[in-house]
Amino acid sequence: MAIEKTYAEINEKIRSGEVVVLTAEEVISLVEEKGISEAARQVDVVTTGTFSPMCSSGVFLNFGHTKPRIRMQKVWLNGVPAYSGIAAVDAYLGATELPEDDPCNSNYPGEFRYGGGHVIQDLLARKPVKLEAASYGTDCYPRKELETYITLDDINEAMLFNPRNAYQNYNCAVNLSSKTIHTYMGLLKPNLGNAHYCSAGQLSPLLNDPYFLTIGLGTRIFLGGGVGYVAWNGTQHFPCIQKDAEGNIFGPAGGTLTVLGDLKQMKPNWLVGTSFLGYGATLTVGIGVPIPILNEEVMRCVSVTDRDLYAPIVDYSEAYGQRIPGNLGYVSYAELKTGKIAVNGKEVPAAPLSSYPKAREIAGLLKDWIQKGDFFLAEPARMLPSYKDEIVAKTLEIKGI
Amino acid sequence: MASKKIILRFGKDISDKPIIFHLARDYNLVFNIIKANVNPNKEGTVVMELTGEKYDEGLDFLKSQGVRVQPLAEEVFRNRVKCTSCGACTTICPTGALYLERPSMEVMFDSDNCVLCQICLKVCPVKAMEVRF
Repeated sequence: MAIEKTYAEINEKIRSGEVVVLTAEEVISLVEEKGISEAARQVDVVTTGTFSPMCSSGVFLNFGHTKPRIRMQKVWLNGVPAYSGIAAVDAYLGATELPEDDPCNSNYPGEFRYGGGHVIQDLLARKPVKLEAASYGTDCYPRKELETYITLDDINEAMLFNPRNAYQNYNCAVNLSSKTIHTYMGLLKPNLGNAHYCSAGQLSPLLNDPYFLTIGLGTRIFLGGGVGYVAWNGTQHFPCIQKDAEGNIFGPAGGTLTVLGDLKQMKPNWLVGTSFLGYGATLTVGIGVPIPILNEEVMRCVSVTDRDLYAPIVDYSEAYGQRIPGNLGYVSYAELKTGKIAVNGKEVPAAPLSSYPKAREIAGLLKDWIQKGDFFLAEPARMLPSYKDEIVAKTLEIKGI
Repeated sequence: MASKKIILRFGKDISDKPIIFHLARDYNLVFNIIKANVNPNKEGTVVMELTGEKYDEGLDFLKSQGVRVQPLAEEVFRNRVKCTSCGACTTICPTGALYLERPSMEVMFDSDNCVLCQICLKVCPVKAMEVRF
């Protein structure tokens, strides 16, 4: 008989303490030993995790009103500009924003030691953050400038709102040129000197739900050490099944999530300000998504291993920047994790930018929360587009009027 | 006379030349090589103790040969609280002092293999590598 479980049934098991939870790593050996049907019968939830730089991240803040009031037109936090083209004392601080006096790449390669992501981490660490604002003054908002210090606890709301996180899969970046290059995939040495990849592979949330059978609008997740939610699909959400020119299949890629949550209950070790030499500043985000084992198909998806998942190898010295289609082939995460891969017939040292130990820790923490009855599953209010929707990426053409 | 610890860096154009040999023969200096490494780009690094009356002349000779000389008064260490074990340093570290332990995928730092090039300080995304003077 086919196995069918509902969210309500699984939540009842969480409430009664009978729920069986495994991480996406642990479930692999169970499925290998017992098979998909038996594993689906035994296990109720599989937890995933990822801890990676995720540039499309930021925080909406409401500072509260000064006396007299100001309609903030320009806002800076520790010198980093925040967008305030919204209501009077609201602002959005983006993770990749830089101080206006940052030398950037004028002294190449720039260091980008402090940006929006670092401000978010400082807020979480409960450090005082310098707030500056300027305005033109109105009859109802007479103040034209302010300078003060805030902490996360002093302000009304702080909502982490990340429009594109948890990339389903990512490129394995290499450099075919004869010069060192500095990219968002780290330092890439000349002549295929190294390869960098960025995924938790078999632990990664969207690689464990490749067809978006369970992760949807409203899914409750581990976000930055606290609880968050999936709010929508992410920007550039183009889920697909990778194929090479011969039609060979190389697993899923392309999906992304928009996630949000109350920053005040998150932790500074799970939202970490990050700098890429010669590229910029960003935020490393910890995300864990629980996957309810509703049926055998979901169990089959979460039993995926690093041997079944592939990253496309992409040259970042030219092909990426010039948007030249195609790649240098596919490489499995199992091969990547050995630390050596073959590209164009050459052995290339490979390293991750995504912390596998932290991904494992997140999946383990989420498992603990569920087992202790502290975290319940939320049934999505709406499912997200999958590869079946065949969403095609639009490009931007440069043209006159 | 007390010996001094220094770091010598050889570009790939000179890394195959017998330069250190001249310190002993021409300047009568006593040396003790602590670490030596040639990276895949054929750039060499030597950490050594050096002593002798013609110490300054010896150093001038090294510099005249294109060797960059740096005093070994510093130590690179890893801030374990900050390090997230992402792995971004592990293909950049020229001597393999920073490496991934498998299968745990934890980043390890073996300071015995560190030649103080300090490139890890620049490429570490979370600035977990620090230098002590």
